Amino acid sequence: MQTVDLQKMGLRGVNAALHAQSDDTNQTVWTIENAKGAHAIACGLDAPIEVTVKGSTGYYCAGMNQQATVNIHGSAGPGTGENIMSGKIIIEGDASQYLGATGHGGLIVVKGNASSRCGISMKGVNIVVQGNIGHMSAFMGQSGNLVVCGDAGDALGDSCYEARFFVRGSVKSLGADCEKKEMREEHLTLLQNLLDEAGIDANPKDFTRYGSARNLYNFDVDNAAAY
Amino acid sequence: MCGIVGLFLKDKSLEPLLGEMLTSMLITMTDRGPDSAGIAIYGSENPGRLKMTVQSDAPEIAFAGLDAELSAMLGGTVLMEVISTHAVLSIPAGSFENVRSALIEIRPNIRIMSRGDTLEIYKEVGLPKDVAARFNVTSMSGTHGIGHTRMATESAITTMGAHPFNTGDDQCLVHNGSLSNHNSLRRKLRREGIHIETENDTEVGAAYLTWQMREGATLGEALESSLDDLDGFFTFLVGTKDGFGVVRDPIACKPAVMAETDQYVAFGSEYRALVNLPGIEEARVWEPEPATVYFWSHNTAPTSTEKAA
Repeated sequence: MQTVDLQKMGLRGVNAALHAQSDDTNQTVWTIENAKGAHAIACGLDAPIEVTVKGSTGYYCAGMNQQATVNIHGSAGPGTGENIMSGKIIIEGDASQYLGATGHGGLIVVKGNASSRCGISMKGVNIVVQGNIGHMSAFMGQSGNLVVCGDAGDALGDSCYEARFFVRGSVKSLGADCEKKEMREEHLTLLQNLLDEAGIDANPKDFTRYGSARNLYNFDVDNAAAY
Repeated sequence: MCGIVGLFLKDKSLEPLLGEMLTSMLITMTDRGPDSAGIAIYGSENPGRLKMTVQSDAPEIAFAGLDAELSAMLGGTVLMEVISTHAVLSIPAGSFENVRSALIEIRPNIRIMSRGDTLEIYKEVGLPKDVAARFNVTSMSGTHGIGHTRMATESAITTMGAHPFNTGDDQCLVHNGSLSNHNSLRRKLRREGIHIETENDTEVGAAYLTWQMREGATLGEALESSLDDLDGFFTFLVGTKDGFGVVRDPIACKPAVMAETDQYVAFGSEYRALVNLPGIEEARVWEPEPATVYFWSHNTAPTSTEKAA
């Protein structure tokens, strides 16, 4: 196992060491100590390695991730996992705003709560939050799944396309064109798989599905006067 | 961007370290705003006296003999301590308006930074480390304090555009964000007789709170109504004699992190600002909710102006 001290090695040194790993690297397990809330830790990884960050992280940790698993042993700052393509991010604490924004793939698990704009413009990423999420989450969500074991804040899924939202608790309000949907067998199976992958023990039958009402897909001529 | 830090001490043994802790927190936030920096410190109180912090770009001329002249004009003792471009005046309680008029008459170029029983505000153009060194902030002690480092967006980089802004006796405001209706609100507040010095948006926010409180609102109520009347983005940190308050606009895109232990309550624009505080690993760390007013107070019997968080 490789252990690096962020304060001694510097952010660029640490990220360069992680970027130097290839698909067949033998150095597959990394620990980053003394994170101290620094920005852009473990950004842009593209190798099947597992990185554990000790402590809380600042902006954009594990952004643009491919293949790698990044564990954050603390809370994560704004924009964590932004534009994640594949791989996995597991946050032991809370996550700040716009978690997994524009993410195309992979899985993000939050053991605590996630803040506002969680999964904004998600394009295929799966996000599983054990606690609550804040307002405007999954705004313009296009694809992927957002699972919330607690409650969701205001305006969930505003202007969403084909992303799916599963919420176990209450939803403070739904955003424009987001509606409650029927939980069919295929959704229960999908949700069970996501919960299993996230390592969270919950019953899919306790969740409600939400998604696009698809009324904003086409221009309604009755609204012409509004423009 | 802008960076905000705040520290409210519960453990009295940390009070001599307040300036040092706050400076270290503020320097960490330097890359959120390099234009100007300021610090509000709530220090010692002298019964029967009021503190005024004043500023001049030509301190050796403006402050020369000022204490003696003011003492003669007021017929009471005025003490003065000059610290770089600032001076802290100790004036008899209740004489603030007289001193303000006297200053306009004898030293029109002096600017008033703050007034209050315990509050002192120091702010200048420059990096947090330089501004803190200029005023020797690390040596200051106190019960609580607020720091700000500015990335100017809505108005020029000047001393008067630096934060914190004094909103009334022992009250101050710092801001991360930008207000978009500050021009119309400034015109309205000026018509109401509120003094606004600059074209800065945050000064309008501060003046708005001053006006609300003049009209009878408590600070808590003024902050609540700011959520309706101020258009734009804001995370506000508000200092009072007894503590500080936090409020974020309903969209809450401007960051805020809080940490609380048995020894302190701390605020930072980012977690980075808090990492060197004692016991931070065990602290309760969270983000304040949007459109919610929080207060922490040394006052053991909170009044209606203070809502426990």
